[in-house]
Amino acid sequence: MSSVSKYFSGLFTGIKSLLTGMGETWKELWTKKVTQQYPENRDTLVISDRFRCELTMPHDENNEHACTSCGICQMNCPNGTIRVTSKTIETEDGKKKKILDTYNWDLGMCTFCNLCVLTCPSDAIKFENTFENAVFTRDKLKQQLNHEGSKMREKKKEVKPVEPKAE
Amino acid sequence: MSLNYSQPLEISNLTSWLDAALRGCLAEFWVLLIEFVLVAVVLLAAYAVIALILIYAERKITAFFQARFGPNRVGKWGLLQSVADMIKILLKEIIKINRSDRFLFFVAPFFMIVASMLTFGAVPFGKGLHAIDFNIGVLYVTAVSSLGIIGVLLAGWSSNNKYSMIGAMRSGAQFVSYELSAGFALMTIVVLAGTMQFSAMIEGQRYCWNIFNGHISSIIAFVIYLISGHAETNRGPFDLPEAESELTAGYHTEYSGLQFGFFYLAEYLNMFIIASIATTVFLGGYMPIQVHGWEGFNQIMTYIPTYIWFFGKTAVLIFLSLWVRWSFPRLRIDQLLNLEWKYLLPINLVNILLMVILVLTGLTLTDLFPGLF
Repeated sequence: MSSVSKYFSGLFTGIKSLLTGMGETWKELWTKKVTQQYPENRDTLVISDRFRCELTMPHDENNEHACTSCGICQMNCPNGTIRVTSKTIETEDGKKKKILDTYNWDLGMCTFCNLCVLTCPSDAIKFENTFENAVFTRDKLKQQLNHEGSKMREKKKEVKPVEPKAE
Repeated sequence: MSLNYSQPLEISNLTSWLDAALRGCLAEFWVLLIEFVLVAVVLLAAYAVIALILIYAERKITAFFQARFGPNRVGKWGLLQSVADMIKILLKEIIKINRSDRFLFFVAPFFMIVASMLTFGAVPFGKGLHAIDFNIGVLYVTAVSSLGIIGVLLAGWSSNNKYSMIGAMRSGAQFVSYELSAGFALMTIVVLAGTMQFSAMIEGQRYCWNIFNGHISSIIAFVIYLISGHAETNRGPFDLPEAESELTAGYHTEYSGLQFGFFYLAEYLNMFIIASIATTVFLGGYMPIQVHGWEGFNQIMTYIPTYIWFFGKTAVLIFLSLWVRWSFPRLRIDQLLNLEWKYLLPINLVNILLMVILVLTGLTLTDLFPGLF
């Protein structure tokens, strides 16, 4: 190609590519805005279920949880965020039994590694995606996860066989 | 030709009434003095207000190009954002730089602002809203607007900072190069219009804008003027004098507070001035759209005041400049100079010759279709 035709073809391909670029930005101008206006859009905000923000211990309608107070979560916690205290009571038929007294978790120390949830043998705890964790003092970060007056859920042996039949 | 359409919303009605009222009760000298002061105050106020509006518009349009909302917290739709920014910049401390050339450092922002202010005064905003109407208006604008580069070079030199210096030198090279193209593009239209006076130029575009009148040649000149004007204002893909990644902020790195504000203001106003000169020279300035023989249409169009026409056309060009700015990546210095010296300047020289031929052989639209345009 001679240098003259090179000059002109370069010029026109240049102009064409510039116009293509401007066409792209023109389309971009009319696209939907991606900005999330956070405090206003709380109702429509979608946070992934897998997002780990706050450790919780689910309680059912009878104020019962599944924690056996075995302390495996406490042992597995890399930085001592969880403290499980248990007490021993005597049941009606005279057996001694270890039950959960308090389950303390310190959000300020937690690295949200999920090891406690993974190792829990009875699926008693789980991470929720409630992400608004800011408080004014560090003391408020220390939470007790078991509710007041809650007790461990007894295994109901009669119910279990019924369920498959009902399906 | 009947040109006596009623223009009830025109500001020239107010100014001529004011002039008559003042002349009724004062001597010639005092009338002129008061009017000069009034014009100066109005121009300065317009300068600041237009800059605020432009900064807001730029931030909004930029955001839209990037699928964001832009400022939307201060006031309704963020309308007060640029006012808040202005107050902030007025309250900031002006820092004295150690081992800088104090005097030149202080003077540099004024060069910038005075150059753009002088140009601003020559812009015809509307019928009767034209502070200075030289018979060499185009030449005046070209001459005065190029004073700003002295401010940039002084700022870079006096800051005693290598980044500022490199930024200023790049800006100087860029400005000197592109000033040539801008000047030639304007000269092309001067050939077509046969005058350098802005008001006469606008009057000549009553039925056919210069960009259509000179067809091929005018459109090439228009594009070249926009590119080189864009480059002169150090914006968009040509903002390498202030390339953040290499030079922090280029020539105004060391400036703070109001002095930085001056550079900032001048940059935005230069964008406006480039757009308004392009409007005046190519797009018929403040002249409403008018068609030969369509009396009713012309009447309706002239009801819309001339300053609205002017600002509307200018806004379109400013939008174009923002569009370009957010479409293209920054040029390297060699690419920048290549574009000017290998492409724009030769094309421009051929183009001005083409325009002369068009005008002399009567191939412009007004010559070809005398009744229509």
